[in-house]
Amino acid sequence: MEQYVDALREIGNIGIGNAVTALAQFLNIKVSITVPQASFVPIEGIFDVIGDVEAPAAAVVQRVEGNLSGTMMFLFPEQNALEMVTRLLEAPPGSITEIDEMGQSVLMEVGNILTGCFLTAIGGMTRLTFIPAVPMFTFDMLGSIISSSLLCTGMVEDKVLLIETEIFAEECLVSGDFAFFFDIGSLATLLTKLGL
Amino acid sequence: MFEKARRLGLNGMLEIQVGIAEFKVGREPAVIVTLGLGSCVGVTLYDGFNRVGGLLHVMLPRVADFTRGAHKPAKFADLGIPVFLKEVLKTGADRRFLEAKIAGGAQMFTGADRKFELNIGERNIEAVRETLKTLKIRIVAEDVGGSKGRTMMLHTVSGRVIVRMLGSQVKEI
Repeated sequence: MEQYVDALREIGNIGIGNAVTALAQFLNIKVSITVPQASFVPIEGIFDVIGDVEAPAAAVVQRVEGNLSGTMMFLFPEQNALEMVTRLLEAPPGSITEIDEMGQSVLMEVGNILTGCFLTAIGGMTRLTFIPAVPMFTFDMLGSIISSSLLCTGMVEDKVLLIETEIFAEECLVSGDFAFFFDIGSLATLLTKLGL
Repeated sequence: MFEKARRLGLNGMLEIQVGIAEFKVGREPAVIVTLGLGSCVGVTLYDGFNRVGGLLHVMLPRVADFTRGAHKPAKFADLGIPVFLKEVLKTGADRRFLEAKIAGGAQMFTGADRKFELNIGERNIEAVRETLKTLKIRIVAEDVGGSKGRTMMLHTVSGRVIVRMLGSQVKEI
Protein backbone atom coordinates (compact mmCIF):
# COMPACT_ATOMS: atom_id res chain seq x y z
CA MET A 1 0.00 0.00 0.00
CA GLU A 2 2.81 2.38 0.87
CA GLN A 3 3.77 2.82 -2.79
CA TYR A 4 0.46 4.57 -3.44
CA VAL A 5 1.03 7.23 -0.86
CA ASP A 6 2.37 9.73 -3.40
CA ALA A 7 -0.66 9.35 -5.64
CA LEU A 8 -2.99 9.68 -2.68
CA ARG A 9 -1.19 12.75 -1.48
CA GLU A 10 -1.67 14.28 -4.91
CA ILE A 11 -5.38 13.45 -4.83
CA GLY A 12 -5.59 15.09 -1.44
CA ASN A 13 -3.76 18.11 -2.75
CA ILE A 14 -6.16 18.63 -5.62
CA GLY A 15 -9.30 17.92 -3.60
CA ILE A 16 -8.33 20.04 -0.65
CA GLY A 17 -6.95 22.79 -2.89
CA ASN A 18 -10.33 23.06 -4.55
CA ALA A 19 -12.13 23.14 -1.20
CA VAL A 20 -9.86 25.79 0.22
CA THR A 21 -10.32 28.02 -2.81
CA ALA A 22 -14.03 27.99 -2.05
CA LEU A 23 -13.38 28.78 1.60
CA ALA A 24 -11.15 31.71 0.66
CA GLN A 25 -13.84 33.06 -1.65
CA PHE A 26 -16.66 33.10 0.81
CA LEU A 27 -14.54 34.37 3.68
CA ASN A 28 -12.96 36.84 1.28
CA ILE A 29 -9.46 36.24 2.60
CA LYS A 30 -6.30 34.57 1.41
CA VAL A 31 -6.00 30.98 2.60
CA SER A 32 -3.06 28.61 2.17
CA ILE A 33 -2.62 24.90 2.75
CA THR A 34 0.34 22.78 3.66
CA VAL A 35 1.26 19.86 1.40
CA PRO A 36 -1.14 17.09 2.39
CA GLN A 37 0.21 14.08 4.22
CA ALA A 38 -1.10 10.67 3.28
CA SER A 39 -0.46 7.79 5.64
CA PHE A 40 -1.75 4.40 6.65
CA VAL A 41 -2.24 4.34 10.37
CA PRO A 42 -3.08 1.32 12.52
CA ILE A 43 -6.10 2.28 14.61
CA GLU A 44 -4.39 1.74 17.95
CA GLY A 45 -1.72 4.21 16.84
CA ILE A 46 -3.98 6.94 15.56
CA PHE A 47 -3.57 9.04 18.71
CA ASP A 48 0.16 9.21 18.06
CA VAL A 49 -0.33 11.05 14.78
CA ILE A 50 -3.15 13.49 15.45
CA GLY A 51 -1.58 15.76 18.03
CA ASP A 52 -2.87 16.63 21.50
CA VAL A 53 -5.60 14.07 22.07
CA GLU A 54 -7.28 16.07 24.83
CA ALA A 55 -7.28 19.44 23.03
CA PRO A 56 -10.77 20.92 22.60
CA ALA A 57 -11.85 21.08 18.97
CA ALA A 58 -14.91 21.89 16.91
CA ALA A 59 -15.50 19.24 14.29
CA VAL A 60 -17.71 18.85 11.28
CA VAL A 61 -17.83 15.25 10.19
CA GLN A 62 -19.55 13.93 7.11
CA ARG A 63 -19.93 10.45 5.71
CA VAL A 64 -19.33 9.97 2.01
CA GLU A 65 -20.87 7.05 0.13
CA GLY A 66 -21.10 6.14 -3.54
CA ASN A 67 -18.43 4.46 -5.69
CA LEU A 68 -16.04 5.18 -2.89
CA SER A 69 -16.73 5.68 0.78
CA GLY A 70 -15.06 7.38 3.67
CA THR A 71 -15.39 10.00 6.34
CA MET A 72 -14.52 13.64 5.78
CA MET A 73 -13.52 15.68 8.77
CA PHE A 74 -12.83 19.34 9.43
CA LEU A 75 -11.27 20.18 12.75
CA PHE A 76 -10.88 23.64 14.19
CA PRO A 77 -9.50 24.77 17.53
CA GLU A 78 -12.20 26.58 19.54
CA GLN A 79 -10.95 30.14 18.95
CA ASN A 80 -10.67 29.55 15.22
CA ALA A 81 -14.18 28.14 15.00
CA LEU A 82 -15.49 31.23 16.80
CA GLU A 83 -13.55 33.51 14.44
CA MET A 84 -14.98 31.74 11.42
CA VAL A 85 -18.54 31.94 12.73
CA THR A 86 -18.08 35.62 13.56
CA ARG A 87 -16.85 36.38 10.04
CA LEU A 88 -19.55 34.42 8.29
CA LEU A 89 -22.36 35.93 10.33
CA GLU A 90 -20.72 39.36 9.95
CA ALA A 91 -21.01 39.83 13.70
CA PRO A 92 -18.90 42.44 15.54
CA PRO A 93 -15.46 41.01 16.45
CA GLY A 94 -15.47 39.38 19.89
CA SER A 95 -19.28 39.29 20.13
CA ILE A 96 -19.54 35.53 19.63
CA THR A 97 -18.09 33.64 22.58
CA GLU A 98 -19.60 30.20 22.23
CA ILE A 99 -20.63 27.91 19.43
CA ASP A 100 -24.40 27.89 19.80
CA GLU A 101 -26.92 26.29 17.49
CA MET A 102 -26.56 29.05 14.93
CA GLY A 103 -22.78 28.69 15.01
CA GLN A 104 -23.08 24.93 14.58
CA SER A 105 -25.29 25.39 11.52
CA VAL A 106 -22.81 27.82 10.03
CA LEU A 107 -19.89 25.47 10.57
CA MET A 108 -21.81 22.48 9.23
CA GLU A 109 -22.66 24.44 6.12
CA VAL A 110 -18.99 25.38 5.69
CA GLY A 111 -18.11 21.72 6.06
CA ASN A 112 -20.76 20.74 3.56
CA ILE A 113 -19.45 23.15 0.94
CA LEU A 114 -15.83 22.12 1.49
CA THR A 115 -16.71 18.43 1.26
CA GLY A 116 -18.62 19.13 -1.94
CA CYS A 117 -15.61 20.90 -3.48
CA PHE A 118 -13.23 18.18 -2.35
CA LEU A 119 -15.39 15.47 -3.89
CA THR A 120 -16.04 17.40 -7.10
CA ALA A 121 -12.31 17.68 -7.70
CA ILE A 122 -11.65 14.00 -7.08
CA GLY A 123 -14.78 12.97 -8.98
CA GLY A 124 -13.71 14.99 -12.01
CA MET A 125 -10.35 13.30 -12.03
CA THR A 126 -11.55 9.75 -11.53
CA ARG A 127 -15.10 9.76 -12.93
CA LEU A 128 -16.33 8.29 -9.68
CA THR A 129 -19.62 9.35 -8.15
CA PHE A 130 -19.90 10.37 -4.52
CA ILE A 131 -22.92 10.88 -2.34
CA PRO A 132 -22.15 12.98 0.72
CA ALA A 133 -24.51 12.55 3.68
CA VAL A 134 -25.56 15.52 5.79
CA PRO A 135 -22.86 16.91 8.07
CA MET A 136 -22.69 16.23 11.81
CA PHE A 137 -21.21 18.48 14.47
CA THR A 138 -19.44 18.11 17.79
CA PHE A 139 -17.30 20.16 20.12
CA ASP A 140 -15.12 17.93 22.27
CA MET A 141 -11.68 16.45 22.90
CA LEU A 142 -9.82 15.74 19.68
CA GLY A 143 -9.23 12.06 20.45
CA SER A 144 -12.87 11.35 21.25
CA ILE A 145 -13.93 13.00 18.00
CA ILE A 146 -11.53 10.91 15.94
CA SER A 147 -12.28 7.58 17.60
CA SER A 148 -16.04 8.09 17.37
CA SER A 149 -16.02 9.19 13.76
CA LEU A 150 -13.92 6.19 12.80
CA LEU A 151 -16.53 3.76 14.03
CA CYS A 152 -19.52 5.86 13.06
CA THR A 153 -20.80 3.47 10.46
CA GLY A 154 -19.43 0.28 11.87
CA MET A 155 -16.08 0.75 10.27
CA VAL A 156 -13.92 -2.00 11.60
CA GLU A 157 -10.74 -1.93 9.56
CA ASP A 158 -7.45 -2.38 11.36
CA LYS A 159 -5.77 0.40 9.45
CA VAL A 160 -7.07 3.70 8.26
CA LEU A 161 -5.82 5.82 5.41
CA LEU A 162 -5.55 9.36 6.54
CA ILE A 163 -5.09 12.28 4.18
CA GLU A 164 -4.45 15.33 6.24
CA THR A 165 -3.57 18.94 5.68
CA GLU A 166 -3.40 22.14 7.63
CA ILE A 167 -5.02 25.31 6.36
CA PHE A 168 -4.00 28.73 7.49
CA ALA A 169 -4.74 32.35 6.72
CA GLU A 170 -2.44 35.24 7.43
CA GLU A 171 -4.96 37.90 8.37
CA CYS A 172 -7.10 35.94 10.75
CA LEU A 173 -7.50 32.77 12.71
CA VAL A 174 -9.34 30.39 10.46
CA SER A 175 -6.75 27.67 10.38
CA GLY A 176 -7.77 24.10 10.94
CA ASP A 177 -7.18 20.52 9.93
CA PHE A 178 -8.81 18.62 7.08
CA ALA A 179 -8.77 14.89 7.20
CA PHE A 180 -10.26 12.21 5.00
CA PHE A 181 -10.45 8.65 6.23
CA PHE A 182 -10.97 6.25 3.37
CA ASP A 183 -12.79 3.04 4.08
CA ILE A 184 -10.01 0.68 3.04
CA GLY A 185 -12.31 -1.34 0.79
CA SER A 186 -12.71 1.82 -1.27
CA LEU A 187 -9.07 2.28 -1.81
CA ALA A 188 -8.76 -0.41 -4.47
CA THR A 189 -11.54 1.28 -6.46
CA LEU A 190 -9.73 4.58 -6.37
CA LEU A 191 -6.35 3.14 -7.34
CA THR A 192 -7.87 1.22 -10.25
CA LYS A 193 -9.51 4.37 -11.55
CA LEU A 194 -6.18 6.14 -11.38
CA GLY A 195 -4.57 3.34 -13.37
CA LEU A 196 -2.29 2.23 -10.53
CA MET B 1 -2.31 22.49 14.61
CA PHE B 2 -3.18 20.47 17.69
CA GLU B 3 0.29 20.24 19.13
CA LYS B 4 1.02 17.26 21.23
CA ALA B 5 1.00 18.02 24.94
CA ARG B 6 3.86 16.54 26.88
CA ARG B 7 2.51 14.01 29.29
CA LEU B 8 4.17 13.45 32.61
CA GLY B 9 3.32 10.56 34.83
CA LEU B 10 1.92 11.51 38.24
CA ASN B 11 4.82 11.98 40.69
CA GLY B 12 7.11 10.34 38.19
CA MET B 13 4.94 7.24 38.28
CA LEU B 14 5.03 5.05 35.23
CA GLU B 15 2.27 6.07 32.84
CA ILE B 16 1.01 3.43 30.44
CA GLN B 17 -1.06 4.55 27.45
CA VAL B 18 -3.80 2.42 25.95
CA GLY B 19 -4.73 3.05 22.30
CA ILE B 20 -8.01 2.32 20.54
CA ALA B 21 -8.79 -1.41 20.45
CA GLU B 22 -5.98 -2.19 22.87
CA PHE B 23 -5.56 -3.18 26.50
CA LYS B 24 -2.71 -2.86 28.97
CA VAL B 25 -2.24 -4.68 32.22
CA GLY B 26 0.02 -3.66 35.08
CA ARG B 27 1.10 -4.18 38.66
CA GLU B 28 1.68 -1.30 41.04
CA PRO B 29 2.80 1.38 40.81
CA ALA B 30 1.53 2.61 37.49
CA VAL B 31 -1.17 4.76 35.99
CA ILE B 32 -2.90 3.19 33.03
CA VAL B 33 -4.56 5.79 30.83
CA THR B 34 -6.80 5.76 27.81
CA LEU B 35 -7.56 8.99 25.99
CA GLY B 36 -10.25 9.80 23.51
CA LEU B 37 -13.14 7.66 24.65
CA GLY B 38 -16.13 8.89 22.67
CA SER B 39 -18.65 6.24 21.78
CA CYS B 40 -15.93 3.72 22.70
CA VAL B 41 -16.04 2.21 26.20
CA GLY B 42 -13.15 1.90 28.64
CA VAL B 43 -13.22 -1.11 30.97
CA THR B 44 -10.96 -1.52 34.02
CA LEU B 45 -10.48 -4.76 35.90
CA TYR B 46 -8.78 -4.50 39.27
CA ASP B 47 -7.85 -6.87 42.04
CA GLY B 48 -7.40 -4.74 45.17
CA PHE B 49 -5.83 -7.56 47.14
CA ASN B 50 -2.99 -8.34 44.74
CA ARG B 51 -2.97 -4.81 43.31
CA VAL B 52 -3.05 -5.91 39.73
CA GLY B 53 -5.24 -4.33 37.13
CA GLY B 54 -5.72 -3.29 33.57
CA LEU B 55 -7.63 -1.11 31.16
CA LEU B 56 -9.27 -2.01 27.86
CA HIS B 57 -10.53 0.38 25.15
CA VAL B 58 -13.28 -1.25 23.06
CA MET B 59 -14.74 0.30 19.92
CA LEU B 60 -17.61 -1.92 18.95
CA PRO B 61 -20.20 -4.13 20.66
CA ARG B 62 -20.29 -7.60 19.14
CA VAL B 63 -18.19 -9.25 16.47
CA ALA B 64 -21.23 -11.04 15.03
CA ASP B 65 -22.71 -7.68 13.95
CA PHE B 66 -19.77 -6.92 11.70
CA THR B 67 -18.41 -8.70 8.69
CA ARG B 68 -14.73 -7.93 9.17
CA GLY B 69 -12.10 -7.09 11.72
CA ALA B 70 -12.36 -10.19 13.89
CA HIS B 71 -8.60 -10.69 13.92
CA LYS B 72 -8.28 -7.83 16.35
CA PRO B 73 -10.32 -9.06 19.30
CA ALA B 74 -9.78 -6.04 21.57
CA LYS B 75 -11.90 -4.01 19.18
CA PHE B 76 -15.07 -5.77 20.28
CA ALA B 77 -16.64 -5.94 23.73
CA ASP B 78 -17.69 -9.57 23.47
CA LEU B 79 -14.32 -10.83 22.15
CA GLY B 80 -12.03 -8.35 23.85
CA ILE B 81 -13.13 -8.63 27.48
CA PRO B 82 -12.38 -12.39 27.82
CA VAL B 83 -8.91 -11.95 26.25
CA PHE B 84 -8.25 -8.98 28.52
CA LEU B 85 -9.44 -10.94 31.57
CA LYS B 86 -7.09 -13.79 30.74
CA GLU B 87 -4.16 -11.39 30.63
CA VAL B 88 -5.15 -9.77 33.94
CA LEU B 89 -5.30 -13.21 35.57
CA LYS B 90 -1.96 -14.18 34.04
CA THR B 91 -0.38 -11.06 35.52
CA GLY B 92 -1.33 -12.24 38.98
CA ALA B 93 -4.87 -11.16 39.69
CA ASP B 94 -7.21 -13.45 41.56
CA ARG B 95 -10.57 -13.79 39.88
CA ARG B 96 -12.44 -13.68 43.22
CA PHE B 97 -11.20 -10.15 43.91
CA LEU B 98 -11.70 -8.70 40.46
CA GLU B 99 -13.99 -5.71 40.09
CA ALA B 100 -14.85 -3.81 36.95
CA LYS B 101 -15.44 -0.12 36.30
CA ILE B 102 -16.63 1.23 32.97
CA ALA B 103 -16.72 4.66 31.31
CA GLY B 104 -17.59 6.05 27.88
CA GLY B 105 -20.31 5.20 25.39
CA ALA B 106 -21.25 8.77 24.58
CA GLN B 107 -23.34 9.92 21.65
CA MET B 108 -20.93 12.55 20.36
CA PHE B 109 -22.45 14.07 17.28
CA THR B 110 -25.48 16.22 16.59
CA GLY B 111 -27.06 16.52 13.16
CA ALA B 112 -29.51 14.85 10.87
CA ASP B 113 -27.51 11.87 9.57
CA ARG B 114 -29.53 8.99 10.98
CA LYS B 115 -27.01 6.34 9.98
CA PHE B 116 -24.15 8.11 11.67
CA GLU B 117 -22.89 6.39 14.84
CA LEU B 118 -26.07 4.24 14.99
CA ASN B 119 -26.30 4.54 18.79
CA ILE B 120 -23.02 2.71 18.91
CA GLY B 121 -22.24 4.21 22.32
CA GLU B 122 -25.34 2.72 23.87
CA ARG B 123 -24.81 -0.62 22.15
CA ASN B 124 -21.22 -0.67 23.41
CA ILE B 125 -22.32 -0.07 27.01
CA GLU B 126 -24.93 -2.80 26.78
CA ALA B 127 -22.48 -5.32 25.26
CA VAL B 128 -19.84 -4.56 27.90
CA ARG B 129 -22.34 -5.06 30.75
CA GLU B 130 -23.61 -8.27 29.21
CA THR B 131 -20.12 -9.72 28.65
CA LEU B 132 -19.00 -8.91 32.20
CA LYS B 133 -22.18 -10.48 33.56
CA THR B 134 -21.53 -13.67 31.62
CA LEU B 135 -18.00 -13.74 33.04
CA LYS B 136 -19.46 -13.12 36.53
CA ILE B 137 -17.46 -9.96 37.13
CA ARG B 138 -19.17 -7.28 39.16
CA ILE B 139 -19.35 -3.72 37.84
CA VAL B 140 -18.76 -1.50 40.86
CA ALA B 141 -18.84 1.89 39.13
CA GLU B 142 -19.96 3.42 35.86
CA ASP B 143 -19.74 6.76 34.14
CA VAL B 144 -21.43 6.18 30.82
CA GLY B 145 -23.62 7.76 28.16
CA GLY B 146 -24.20 11.46 27.66
CA SER B 147 -22.73 13.42 24.79
CA LYS B 148 -19.17 14.11 25.92
CA GLY B 149 -15.88 12.31 25.35
CA ARG B 150 -13.82 11.04 28.27
CA THR B 151 -10.31 10.23 29.42
CA MET B 152 -10.09 7.30 31.85
CA MET B 153 -7.22 6.50 34.26
CA LEU B 154 -6.59 3.56 36.55
CA HIS B 155 -4.14 3.87 39.46
CA THR B 156 -2.85 0.38 40.08
CA VAL B 157 -1.77 1.13 43.65
CA SER B 158 -5.20 2.11 44.89
CA GLY B 159 -7.55 0.91 42.18
CA ARG B 160 -8.88 4.45 41.90
CA VAL B 161 -10.40 5.26 38.56
CA ILE B 162 -10.44 8.88 37.43
CA VAL B 163 -12.56 10.22 34.60
CA ARG B 164 -11.87 13.52 32.87
CA MET B 165 -14.25 15.34 30.52
CA LEU B 166 -13.91 18.56 28.58
CA GLY B 167 -15.18 21.53 30.59
CA SER B 168 -16.05 19.66 33.77
CA GLN B 169 -14.38 18.62 37.01
CA VAL B 170 -12.20 15.56 37.15
CA LYS B 171 -14.09 12.88 39.04
CA GLU B 172 -13.42 9.57 40.67
CA ILE B 173 -15.75 6.69 39.97
